[in-house]
Parts: sequence; C-alpha cells; structure tokens
Amino acid sequence: MYRTLLLAALVFSSFVTPAHARGEHYVLVITEPFLDLHTGPGRGFPQFHVVERGGEVSVLKRRTDWFKLRDERGVEGWASRAQLALAVERDGTPARIDQPGSREYLERRWEVGAMIGDFGGADVLAGYAAWHFTRNLSVELWASDISGRFSSGWMVNANIVHQPWPEWRISPFLTLGTGVIRTEPDATLVSSPDRTDQLAHAGVGLRMHLTRRFMLRAEYKGYVVFTSRDENEGVEEWKAGFAFFF
Amino acid sequence: MESRVRIFLLKGALGLAILASVAGCSRVTGTTADTRAGDPVIEPEVDRREIRRPRIDTENFELSGFAGFKSIEDFGTNTVYGVRLAYHITEGLFAEASYGQTEAGRTSWETLAGGVDLLTPSERKYRYYDLSLGYNLLPGEIFIGRNRAFNSALYLLVGAGSTDFAGESEFTISFGAGYRVLLTDWLSTHIMIRDHVFRSDVTGREKTVHNIEFVLGLGWFF
Repeated sequence: MYRTLLLAALVFSSFVTPAHARGEHYVLVITEPFLDLHTGPGRGFPQFHVVERGGEVSVLKRRTDWFKLRDERGVEGWASRAQLALAVERDGTPARIDQPGSREYLERRWEVGAMIGDFGGADVLAGYAAWHFTRNLSVELWASDISGRFSSGWMVNANIVHQPWPEWRISPFLTLGTGVIRTEPDATLVSSPDRTDQLAHAGVGLRMHLTRRFMLRAEYKGYVVFTSRDENEGVEEWKAGFAFFF
Repeated sequence: MESRVRIFLLKGALGLAILASVAGCSRVTGTTADTRAGDPVIEPEVDRREIRRPRIDTENFELSGFAGFKSIEDFGTNTVYGVRLAYHITEGLFAEASYGQTEAGRTSWETLAGGVDLLTPSERKYRYYDLSLGYNLLPGEIFIGRNRAFNSALYLLVGAGSTDFAGESEFTISFGAGYRVLLTDWLSTHIMIRDHVFRSDVTGREKTVHNIEFVLGLGWFF
C-alpha cells in the first residue's frame, strides 16, 4: 500500500516538475540590433526590456507565437516568433523555430474540428478527429449530436476522405463512410420507441487553410439510413465549421 | 632565323612544362596510393559532437474547472459546475470545449399549486456542453499594489452545443464574455458570464429560453 502511494507520489512529482527543472534550455544569440521583451505573450502587452545584439537568451517556453525568454541578467519576458526567428544558435546556425505554415499544413498528421449545420431539418453539431496517412488520403471518426423538433439522437461515423489537390488553399475533397444513428423521440410529444440504425454516406466538401494551424471546412453529405421498415431513408446534411491540425 | 630560334626555345619550354605536370600528377597519384595502403598522413582529431537541441516547452492547452450560478428560465437559479478545455491557436484566437451541470428548481406554478410536479427528479438534471471559439479582445495587465502586475485578457466566446434537460436534448447557441487573469504563466483565474439559448416546450408552449450563468474558474496551462 505504502509502496503504491510512494510510486503515485513519485509519478505525480515528475508530472508537476516544470520542464526547465528537468533539462537545459535552448539558447539563442541575438543578431539584430535589439530584441524586444514584452510583459505577456501578445502584441498588446507593453515592452519593458530589450536584449542587445550579441546577448544570449534562454527559451523557457512557447505559447502560440510567443516565446518566454530569460536574458543573461536574469530578466524574463516574452518575444514574438518573428523577432526571435532572426536569432542564431551559439555556433551561428539559424534558430530552429518552427512556424506552422503551408508546409506543415500539407504534412499534417492529426486534425481535429467541430462543425454545425442541418441534418434533414434537424440541427446537428459534430466533432471529428482525422488521421492523414498520405497528403491525399485520410480517415476520420465523427460524433454528431442531432436535435430535431420531435426527436433527437446521435450518430457515429467512420469515413475515408480523398483530397485530390491538397496544395490548393481552398481544396475540395470527396468522402465515403459508414456508421450508426440513434434516434430518440422526445418524451413529451411522440411515443414511439428509440431506434438504432446502420447508415452509409457519401459527400463532398471544401477545406481552406486560413492561418497557422487553423482551417475552415464546409461539406455536404448524403446519408442512406438502413431502417427496419420497407424503405431506406435518405437524409441530406449540410454543415460548416473550423478545424486545426497538430 | 631569329624567329626559328624563338620557336625552338618555346617548343623546349612547352616540352618541359608537360614533363613537369606529368611528374606532378604521378606524385599526387602516389600520395593517394599511400593513403589507401592504410597509413593515414593526418590523424583527424575531431570529436563528433552529439548535437541535441533542448526541446521548447509549448503551453497551448488550458484545462480549467468552474463553479457558479446558473439561472434556468422558469426553474429558478442553482449552483453550476463544470470543466473547460481550451486550445490557444494564436495569441488572439482559441477553441474551447466545455461541459457543465446543474439542477433545475421548481417553477412558481409548481410551488403555488402545491403537490404538483412538472418534472421527475431525473428530468430536473440539467447538463450541457459547448464547442466554442473565443477571442482575446482586450489583453492587458492589472496592477495590485505597487509591486504586482498580472497579465489579463477580456475575451468573447461564441459557441454551439447541446442541452439535456427535461427529457429532451436541445441544440443550444451560447455566447458570453470572460475575464482571464494569469496569476503565474501557467495558472489562470476566470470570471465568465455566458448565455445559453435554445427552443424549449417544457412549460407547454414552445419558446426561446435564455439561461444565463455567472461562474468563477481556475485554469492550468500545459
């Protein structure tokens, strides 16, 4: 028991130990006449210090496009990526500071997004995670929450997406997939039992890389629900939303 | 006559030059042959240094818990609590998922009529989630006393989600504003007011309801 507790405490302490306590920092030398340090990670925060050419800074952490630095005198502040990218390492190599741009967008592996829209007259809210295994092909897993006037429900789908021209800023894609839909009629209005049905879908859409890790996405999907009745049910879905990639 | 002598001398010089260059070449070839024989002329004394760049710690995610009050239209005000997970995309923009729950009280009609229950206890559970986009509209600093300054930001939130209440699940639009104060680089406090809007027919007639919440939160950047 005590051993378990000790182990848990050890694991926890290693988890909460700040990164800078574990290892050394990335050190850069300023080559521009000066580097501005702001009080916070953003344009709006005032400048309070400058590091002059030849000065060394340790990179403590990064938040979005801002870097927390400590100079040789121990002053800590935030610098923008644009300024820090001009610095060099001690041996003169340019600073290795990545900026998620169009190259990273093309070579992205993971993508997460949220969309809202209309599913056969009902409101739909959907979230997805995608894994890109080539520049053109990806697999996606979707969870959708459907709220209609007389019923609500949820839907889980898996699909494969083909993007023929991934390098276009606004790039079309085709998708094909399958899943299940759960329909629950509202208790106060209709008294029919809940249903779970299989479905298949095909769709087209557009992706637009907006900036950094951020993109917009809009799509149309046509669903065929394999109901237990005589006829299959067709449902059209339109939705739009945003996504970002890792 | 003179020119013939000059040509002769030139030919001689050219021949010498060719001879010298051939000799030079052979010497060079000889040197390479020697090296190949396994006896290096220069011993390289360069230690191949393992270059390992320390990884920069990125802190773009913010996990926070919140608690406060939520007013449920027709059903009174009750305590609400929940969690939020934000991903900071740029210095201005962030995406956020949040979940909260509370319990609805009794309508004034139920209280006045006495002994009448519009909803069962399980239907009074009110749960909601949102997927939102936020924007840090007014970043700045606050000053407490002479020596303390904390980074802060006033942000706006717009989102969509779903509300589970009274046996129904309703599509919900949410909007609000919050104030974030960073106590340290990784610890944040929030004050937030947010309105959840959806169509509901719980009280008999379908109408748009506004459920406003006021919460305090504590967050952790990682």
